[in-house]
Amino acid sequence: MEYFLQQLINGLTLGSIYGLIAIGYTMVYGIIGMINFAHGDIFMVGSFIALATFLALIALGISALPLILFITLLVSMLFTSAWGWTVERLAYRPLRGSFRLAPLITAIGMSIVLQNFVQITQGARVKPLPPQIQGGVTLIEGVTENGTIAVQLSYMQMIIIFTTLALMIGFSLLISKTSLGRSQRACEQDQKMAALLGVNVDRTISLTFVMGAALAAVAGFMFLLLYGVIDFYIGFLAGVKAFTAAVLGGIGSLPGAMLGGLLIGLIEVFWSGYFSVEYKDVAAFSILVIVLIFMPSGLLGKPEVEKV
Amino acid sequence: MEPAMKTTPTQNWDTNVVLSVEHLTMRFGGLLAVNDLSFNVGRGDITALIGPNGAGKTTVFNCVTGFYKPTEGRIVMRHGKGFQSEKIEALTRTGRQFNDDGDDRVFLLERMPDFEISKRAKVARTFQNIRLFGGMTALENLLVAQHNPLMLASMMTIGGIFNLPGYKKARAEAIDFAAYWLEKTGLIERADDPAADLPYGDQRRLEIARAMCTRPHLLCLDEPAAGLNPRESTELNNLLQYIRKDHGTSILLIEHDMGVVMEISDHVVVLDYGEKISDGSADQVKNDPRVISAYLGVDEDEVAAVEAMIEMPPSERTPIPAKPAASKAKKKPGKNGKGGKS
Repeated sequence: MEYFLQQLINGLTLGSIYGLIAIGYTMVYGIIGMINFAHGDIFMVGSFIALATFLALIALGISALPLILFITLLVSMLFTSAWGWTVERLAYRPLRGSFRLAPLITAIGMSIVLQNFVQITQGARVKPLPPQIQGGVTLIEGVTENGTIAVQLSYMQMIIIFTTLALMIGFSLLISKTSLGRSQRACEQDQKMAALLGVNVDRTISLTFVMGAALAAVAGFMFLLLYGVIDFYIGFLAGVKAFTAAVLGGIGSLPGAMLGGLLIGLIEVFWSGYFSVEYKDVAAFSILVIVLIFMPSGLLGKPEVEKV
Repeated sequence: MEPAMKTTPTQNWDTNVVLSVEHLTMRFGGLLAVNDLSFNVGRGDITALIGPNGAGKTTVFNCVTGFYKPTEGRIVMRHGKGFQSEKIEALTRTGRQFNDDGDDRVFLLERMPDFEISKRAKVARTFQNIRLFGGMTALENLLVAQHNPLMLASMMTIGGIFNLPGYKKARAEAIDFAAYWLEKTGLIERADDPAADLPYGDQRRLEIARAMCTRPHLLCLDEPAAGLNPRESTELNNLLQYIRKDHGTSILLIEHDMGVVMEISDHVVVLDYGEKISDGSADQVKNDPRVISAYLGVDEDEVAAVEAMIEMPPSERTPIPAKPAASKAKKKPGKNGKGGKS
């Protein structure tokens, strides 16, 4: 039981990170029907910006850890957003209106560009960050035949889960309540009509990329703090997992992306915990296949209604 | 081609013009959808654009609202009074989209992107087929139309997230305005229902309400009465009269229902094969032989006869022989398929 709870906490932590990235995939898909394959690499860029900011702040002699964390979070969100905006502006907007595969190819191209850029400028070796937030609380202590086992909730995990929760709530409110969110939903349904009502469609799409990138930056920073090492290649697997999460939850659906992220995280952790670490990715993707066979539009996705 | 009957220059659409389409030509590859079309829309008038199927009416709408960039020609929208020729010529030479005249601006619509035409030039539009945001509620549909003032008030969303007082006020105003139009269109009871769940007639009226929420100076309606029953059709007439009288919004509409056109239009422009064949008040147009031949269809030699007759003074004219409806099928066979419709 204790073991189960511990894995649950670990799974939720990992799932939060996937969920944050998955939102970027699902929103972009919702508004322009395109899979932004460079999004995983935006996440990677975000974690590098966070690392650079973190080290710079320490070099400047700031010692209050909460302050450093907060500034790092803001700076990496800001700069990563700029990256997201630039990628959309350079690689996707000129191709809007061309055939469907064109932006898909540029997205893959952009992904490689970002990876290689970071590889060249930052080096190919892994960058370590010593653990910054240590300790935690022991929730339950149990005795088993092999000795005692404690369910630990580390401060790091608390930060990740709560930040994710807060961001997801804030984000849902933004989409459902604000004028920007409303115009995004309008563009999802009918871009031309939205434009005729005075909505600047290009800007709305840009802002979607910016929001997705900002959330990916948060995920990148969390990843950096949680694992302590990053390299130029982390975006690939995290991106694929997050994309899987978005599809699992129902691509285009915001709550679906969050749910899908958490599920992928949980499946991965539980599989590693109870069966084998080697097959955790196989398990995650097998579950995806099974879900899609029985629910082709994902868990929370709306089935495509043929427009008449 | 000059209109068969010259209108007197005292007509509202000659002197107090809100929109003028000047030498508009729209070509799709080899297809000439609109050919050198010029007409005016008077401020506060209800202007009907009519013509047989494929005459190019919707193409004109698409050019006016920025859906298409015209191949040639100029489309001028005026917020100020009068013709303002000098201002327009000066603006045309500068290459800009509109001038800085406060509330009296003139706009060259053919240069503007679609969302700017709604946002700045204040031209709103509905479509032949209903294009509501089906998944959103009726109220939300009307709020999307007020996106720009809301975005401004919320300082690009930041105020919206933190629910600042300025945004709260703007939001309350937007909801009030939306409620006003829902009331006017008889949809206030359905405000929180998804737009897709409304009956057809209600959806049509909701589209007009949504267009009015952009606070337009000119409202372009593409077949607003299509598919309405007689009662709904009457309600629509009343709504349009109300919009024109109480809001001073000029209306340009495409309509096939001649009953509607003749009843409410001040000014009728008739297109056929992308060209203007008549322009004038409803009565003038109704009796124009070119219009009659375009609608009923005549053989080539009869067209020549009609054209010869047009040259005569009205007193010498003989009535046009009534054509059986079957002759519609063989009208101008060589020209069929001309005139694009989106």
